[in-house]
Amino acid sequence: MWKWLHPYAKADRAYQLCNTLLPYFAVITVVFMIIGWVWGLAYAPADYQQKDSYRIIFIHVPSAILSMGAYSSMAIAAVIALVWQLRNAELAVIAIAPVGACVTAIALITGAAWGKPMWGAWWVWDARLTSELILLFLYLGVLSLYHAFEDKKAAGRAASILAIVGVINLPIIHFSVEWWNTLHQGATITKFDTKAIDSSMFWPLMVNIVAFAGFVGMVTLMRLKNEILQREKHRPWVRQLLNRG
Amino acid sequence: MQFDSFSDFIAMGGYGFYVWLSFGSCALILLGILVSSFNDTKRIMASVQQQAAREARIKHAQQENQA
Repeated sequence: MWKWLHPYAKADRAYQLCNTLLPYFAVITVVFMIIGWVWGLAYAPADYQQKDSYRIIFIHVPSAILSMGAYSSMAIAAVIALVWQLRNAELAVIAIAPVGACVTAIALITGAAWGKPMWGAWWVWDARLTSELILLFLYLGVLSLYHAFEDKKAAGRAASILAIVGVINLPIIHFSVEWWNTLHQGATITKFDTKAIDSSMFWPLMVNIVAFAGFVGMVTLMRLKNEILQREKHRPWVRQLLNRG
Repeated sequence: MQFDSFSDFIAMGGYGFYVWLSFGSCALILLGILVSSFNDTKRIMASVQQQAAREARIKHAQQENQA
């Protein structure tokens, strides 16, 4: 039943699959990001308490969600790389890490810029903020560990193990606002029973989440293509690729 | 549209600095990784091409030496 997957373990097939998927991700990203930003910045109503400052939510929440989503995907790729010894999965770990680090940085920066007017401080050593900062360090750790090894096989293994160990941080980030007293407000959209957000703000937020997911997917595919090319540089199929395009 | 004028839109009800700081740095970071990924592709492609050209030159030189 799952045999159709097998050819994609080969580098050239995986490269072609990335190429096929890339335009779809690019279109989704551009369309949703333009709609999401214009809707969020200009058309969504102002908050009754936070006024227009709350508009930061339209990039803060998507980037925070994607920082954790990207980490989960990276960890899944790491498990596949370690258990089934698939090199493409190893390359996927390294392709996702920088993108994840970028969205995590965005979540932290937008959070600081939102915290200053609302809490009166750019940064507090609060459970949610600190665990998100650790997530950024985990991404950077995975990347530096990979680049610290000359032997790329050992590098991929070491980076994958760190990525898996770091998963422990994900539930800590998610539940930090419930487990500890914190300045950070509780969940906005992951509580489906009690609606914490009005639909006039919920839908532009959803559009922005799709936009960020599209962006993360798109850049990951670009970087995965790069990693595959770099690793397969001396293979004939890469030469053929160049001659064709 | 929630704002009466463009200057109102920029002011964001007094929170302009924080809102535009967020959206600005977000755009900068997203563009940054996008451009760097593009550049990586170009760099790798160029090095593959260079290597192919070098091998072709070596082969050509060897053939000339034999002749």
